[in-house]
Order: sequence, then structure tokens, then C-alpha cells
Amino acid sequence: MTKTLLHLNGLTKTYPGVIANDDVSFNIEAGEIHALLGENGAGKSTLVKMIYGLVRPDHGTMQMEGASFVPAEPRAARAAGVAMVFQHFSLFEALSVAENIALGMENPPKASALSARITEVSQSYGLPLDPERLVGDLSAGERQRVEIIRCLLQEPKLLIMDEPTSVLTPQEVATLFTTLKKLKDEGTSILYISHKLEEIRALCETATILRGGKKVATCDPREKSARDLAEMMVGGKLNLADSKETTLGELVLEISDLSLPPQSAFGTSLKNISLRLHQGEILGIGGVAGNGQDELLACMSGEVSTTAEAIHLDGLSLGHMSPNERRALGVLAAPEERLGHAAAPDMSLTENAMLTAMTRKSLSKSGFLDWPRAKDFAEQVIKKFDVRTPGSQSAARSLSGGNLQKFVIGREVLQDPKVLIVNQPTWGVDAAAAADIRQALLDLAAKGASVIVISQDLDELMEISTSFAALNAGRLSAARPMVELSLDEIGLLLGGADAAA
Amino acid sequence: MLRLEKRPNPSKMWGYLAPVLAVIATMIGGGVMFALLGKDPFEAIRTIFYDPLFSEFAWYYRPQLLIKGAPLILIAIGLSMGFRAGIWNIGAEGQYIIGAICGAGAALAVYPFDSALIFPVMILCGAIGGFAWAMIPAILKTKFGTNEILVSLMLVYVAEQLLASMSLGLMKNPEGFGFPGSRNLQQYASAHNAELWAGSGIHLGVVFALIAVIFSYIMLARHQMGFHIRLTGESPKAAKFAGVNPNKLVIYCLGFSGALAGLAGMFEVAGPSGQISIDFNVGYGFTAIIVAFLGRLNPFGIMLAGLLMALTYIGGEIAQSSLGLPSAAIQAFQGMLLFFILALDMLTNFKIKLVNAEVRT
Repeated sequence: MTKTLLHLNGLTKTYPGVIANDDVSFNIEAGEIHALLGENGAGKSTLVKMIYGLVRPDHGTMQMEGASFVPAEPRAARAAGVAMVFQHFSLFEALSVAENIALGMENPPKASALSARITEVSQSYGLPLDPERLVGDLSAGERQRVEIIRCLLQEPKLLIMDEPTSVLTPQEVATLFTTLKKLKDEGTSILYISHKLEEIRALCETATILRGGKKVATCDPREKSARDLAEMMVGGKLNLADSKETTLGELVLEISDLSLPPQSAFGTSLKNISLRLHQGEILGIGGVAGNGQDELLACMSGEVSTTAEAIHLDGLSLGHMSPNERRALGVLAAPEERLGHAAAPDMSLTENAMLTAMTRKSLSKSGFLDWPRAKDFAEQVIKKFDVRTPGSQSAARSLSGGNLQKFVIGREVLQDPKVLIVNQPTWGVDAAAAADIRQALLDLAAKGASVIVISQDLDELMEISTSFAALNAGRLSAARPMVELSLDEIGLLLGGADAAA
Repeated sequence: MLRLEKRPNPSKMWGYLAPVLAVIATMIGGGVMFALLGKDPFEAIRTIFYDPLFSEFAWYYRPQLLIKGAPLILIAIGLSMGFRAGIWNIGAEGQYIIGAICGAGAALAVYPFDSALIFPVMILCGAIGGFAWAMIPAILKTKFGTNEILVSLMLVYVAEQLLASMSLGLMKNPEGFGFPGSRNLQQYASAHNAELWAGSGIHLGVVFALIAVIFSYIMLARHQMGFHIRLTGESPKAAKFAGVNPNKLVIYCLGFSGALAGLAGMFEVAGPSGQISIDFNVGYGFTAIIVAFLGRLNPFGIMLAGLLMALTYIGGEIAQSSLGLPSAAIQAFQGMLLFFILALDMLTNFKIKLVNAEVRT
């Protein structure tokens, strides 16, 4: 017989124009790992912010162990035993682990006592961490451990984790799951927010699914298939991308020994990158952001020029060419940052279509622009890629992330590229749009184009790539066929084990 | 508590309304200032905005509107290109002076030789002078990453020193009884930028201003260069992705605005002003910055704003002589216009919301 830790009853929160949460009720039992599942914008964040005292509900009540629970601020929530690990860490890089943890405490103990306590907690939960190290030197996984230990020192009854695995390698995920299961066995409840269905099925015994601010269901995720869960989340049939067997065609693009010094104080340098891309190939490049992804894309798009010989297309060297010269040859790119890089926020979709399609769609004649044709092209993208918008005159910034991403990808795909390079094509995009985008990339490759997908999302790369390489600290591993690779091997590649090859 | 909330799409209505409200707000703010100075605010506002157009001396003031408006419009059109791309030429005043010196210099070098070629050569020299002066901040920016705001502004003072030196030295009128200042070009037929129709105020500079308005409109709306300028202003990173070369754009925008400012200076020295003198420049280059923003960086908006600004110049002079308002008060009045237009401009992209205080992250 389990006992209810936190009871949510009819929680409602409205913001101007949106109902973020609409009459959400469910229970979190003591000692369970409870998944909170939903697309972007389904209301997961608002809900946990209410539990953590960052937002006050308009209606509804919460009860913690039978007593009324109305946290006015995070401090009150923490005092009641609620702790939260945010998706984005709030750590000072120039301070040590122990100093960072002390900063978050009400009454920090002496430095030596705190360090001893950190070591003790980190060992008992299998989270190796040296309290004296600088946070700036830690990997994303280690930084997350700092946040988790910071929470564990409060001995919480409820630990909220927001998308904890999005930045972790498979090995780090395995460590995290062991820790969470141990916590559960000790009676701590965990509210686990994620949209990764397999993870939830592996870890959680209860899942509450939100869609459009409303609770859709509470179920046992182990009894449902990933597809069932996804359809509950999306509220309809999901087009899962079906990858086809493709035989590799001729060599199209070759990068040989490409090196690039850092472009800014916080930039990553690229070191001796080589790759070969064939017709019909989808090369997935994995790795945690900040390992040279943006730099690699800039070198391919032509925003940064390299030596002419570093990049060859069909034997023609193009490393020195400008973005539009490369577009003329059929090398197109879609950068990660949708607003402000791939698209100009305040400009209309027509103008944003002009932005990259001027050359290939002949939207300009001797310098004069053909706006009606640009509008036609923008509308074609909107129609073919199901971009939800009032029309081609809407400003890019008025579109939701998923819709703008569909527009950005569609704009390149419909220009009939020979080579398309995309960076984080589905980052922060809802599941339905992500599936559409992946399918579009697969279709493009099936038609004979070559695609490079740079992504942090391993599930995505495993779903669509024919070959895989990992980018680590500016070095690219040798590409290997996806079917040959096990999850462990991928993890090792991401960790840089094969960087020298 | 008031809060600004970004609009999903820029408001068209506020785009038109903001300049109109800014003028009204300036009248109110200026009226308060005039009242504090002990003048009748209603009379002051009427003198500035109404008298130049409709009083009994309007026959004199109306042509002045074009004479004062043309250089403002010409300079502001040039500046607006750069402003849209986030390239800030603050030194149009200096480029205006250098354009005048070069234009007048070309004429004075061949005085008293008469030829139909002299005036076209002066136009060319004026434009090249302004262009070259603007190339100094442009090249320093592209080669060494200096700030074009500072460099172009500092060069105004250099140009002013050069102007003084010219009027006292090299270009001083040999028959001028030792007074500073060059020969009067109005008395040199080949070099005189005369009115095309006597008494209309329309000289060739007015025609050039109109051409500049139409040219820049087509450029921004229909040409790749204009699109790249707008794109760079909106989002430099997206512009780079679209294949814009930022350095070329700096050279182009500063060069274009410099050449137009130089032209304005040349038309002024060969026409309304007539001579190179120490006090030749009266701040058109700075006022044009206000004109550019008041016109919302839109070519036709700039044309209207230039005329409105000319009106406050003329009206301001009348108010100075008839009401005894200090000239600083008129400048403050013009400054208010820029202040209000920038403030109200926020409302095209933001709306003001009344919200209850709440804990947020």
C-alpha cells in the first residue's frame, strides 16, 4: 500500500491568450518515479513551476502528505521537501563544485564539512564528483551531478527533474538511472519530465500525459508501446519516419583535413576534419553542442571560408567560395538557430524565402528582386511542409518554433539541393513536426541528395542516419555505417575514444 | 505595473501613427518649455508651424522651405541606408563641409573661366569629396574594427577646422578687402547653382533630393542591395548566412551617405550660401539624423520629415526674431522631436500591458 506524497487537484493557470494548465489533477505516490510527458507547450513547465513555488495557480489546490501545500516561493517549496534540477544549469564556472553548492544553501556549513558531505553523498549514490574541481572544467553530465547533489543535500521528499538526459551520453544516462532508482528505493519520489518515450518506459512506473494544458491520461508506461504514448502526447496518428534501405551512390562531397581556429573567445576550433559523403547518404554527426557543430556548419555554408582545397564537390574545390556561390552549386545549409540566423525575425516569410532561395530559384534578375516569385515560393514551402501561419506575409517571429523550423528546412529542401547540411533540425520542436522534418530529410536522400544531420539527439540520428560520426572537441571521428554500431560504441565515440582515427 | 510585450507582427497602424503623435507631443512639450521661458506657447507654436506657410510673408518663406528641406532630405536619404543596416554615420556634417570645399574649390581654381562644363565638374567634385571623407571611417572600420560613430563624428571637427583654414587662407577672396570667406559663387555664372524658376526655391539640389528619394525607394524595395541592407539591420547573422559581405556593406553605406552629404554641401555653397566661409555649415548634417528617424528611415517619410524640419528651422528663425526665443530653445524643440519619435516608435513592435505583480523566473 503506497501512500500519496503530493496530491494535485484541479490546477489551472492562464496566461493572456493561453491556458497553460487546465484543471490538472493527479497524485504522486511516495517512492515512485512519476513521468510527466508532453510536447513543447503542453504545460509541463508551468505545472512544475507551480509545484516549485515559482508560479501561483489561478485555481486548484495541492496537498503534501495530507496537509495543504501553497508554496509562495521556491524557498517555501524547498522547506517542504521539494527539490528541482533544471534543464539549464545555474552554476558559476569560475567557482568550485563545493562553492557552487554552498551558494545555493540557506545556512552553508564550513567548507571542509561541506566537501566531506558532498563526497559522502556522491559516493553513496554512485555520482563520482570531486568537490574541489572548478565547474568550468566539468562535462555536461558532471555539471548535472552538481545540481543533483545540491538537491540531495536537502534530503528532499520529491525531486523534480526537467529533461535530464538531453545533454548526456548513453553511459551517463545509465549512471543517472542507477542513481534515480536508488533514490526511489530509499523512498524519495521523483517527478521526471521528458519527451523521450523509451527512457520513460525503462525508468518510470507511472506516467501522466499532458496535451494542450490538459491531462490526457495517467497510465503505466511499461504497459504501453512507445507509439501509444506518442499518440496520446500528440493526440493523433503519428507519422514515424520509415527509413528505407539505401545503397550508397557515388562520392559527392569530400572534406579533407579541414582545420579552423576559434572564431570567437568562446568558439571551438576545428581540428583536421575529414569526411566523405555519398549520393543518397545521410551522415549523422552526433555530439554535445559546443563541440564544433556551429563552426562545422559555417564552414560548409560558406559563412566562414577555408582553404579552397579543404572542401570538394564532385571534384571541384569550393572551400573559398561565398554562401551564394555554393548555393549555385547545390550545397545548402540550415543552421541551428532558427530566429536570427536561419531567418530574420521581423521579416516576412516571403522575405525569408528570398534570404536563401535568391540564387537557386532565380528570384533576382541583374540585381532586381522578383517579389511575386518569392511569394509563390514561400507559399509553396508553407503548403508542402504544412507550416501553420496566416500567410506568407507573417513575420518569422510570429511562428512557433516547430512551424518556423518546418519552414526553414522546407525552404532548403524545395530548392532541390545536391548536399544539405542541417544542424539540430528538431531541437525544441514538437513530436509531430519533428517526425515530418525527419521524413522530409529521408525523402530527400531517397531522391539521391546527400544529407548531413548534426544533432544532439541520438534517437533521431539512429532513426534516420545511414552512417554515423561523432564530433568531440572539434575533432570528427571516422564515419561508420549506422547498422554496425551498438549504443555502447556510439557512447564511446561521443566521448572521443575514436577521435584520433 | 506596466510592462512592454513584443507584438508577434509589427503594427502597421503605429508605423503611421507614431510620427504624427511625435509631432503633437513635441508641440505640447515645446509649448511647456516656451511657457517656462515666459513666452505665450500658443503664439510660439503658431509662429513656428503656421506663419512660414500662411502669414503675409509666406511668399518669402515658402521657397525657403525647399531651399532648407533639400539638403536635409538629400543627407537623410544617404544616412537612412546605413542606419537601416546598423552602420552609423554621425559625421554627415563633415562630409557636407568637405563636399562644399571640393565643389567650390573646383570652381575657384578656374575662375573666371566660363564653361558649361564647370558646374557638372563641381557636382562630381562635391560628391567625391563627401565620399572620400566618409571612406576614412569606412576603411578604418573594415581594416581595424574602429567604431564608425566616433571616427565620423570626430572628423566633423577636423572638417570644420579645414573650413576655417580655407576661408582664411587658400580660398580667401583676393578682392574681399581682407574679410574671411571665398568669392561669392552667385556672382560667377558658370558655377552658380541658380533657381530653375526664379522665386520658386527650386534649384538643382532640390531635383537631386527628389531623385535620391525615388532612387532609394526602388533600391530598398526592389534591389538586392537594399534587401541586404535591411537584412543586415534586422539580423547580421542571418545576413551573413544569406551571403552578405559586411565589409562591402560598410563601404557602400558610408560611401553613399558621404557622397549625398557632399552633394548637399556643394549645392548649398554654389547656391543659397554662395561662398565658403567660417560659419558656412549650420548643422544640416546633424539635423538630418533627426529627419531620417522622423521619416522612419522610409524614403517618402524622409521627404515629408525633411520639409517638416525645414519648417521648424524657418519658423524657429521667425520665433527668434519676433518673439525673442533663444536659438537653443529651437534646437531643444527639434531635439524633442527625435526624442518623441524614438519613444513612440517602440509601440510599432511592442504593446504596453498592465500586469499584476507576480513572481516570475
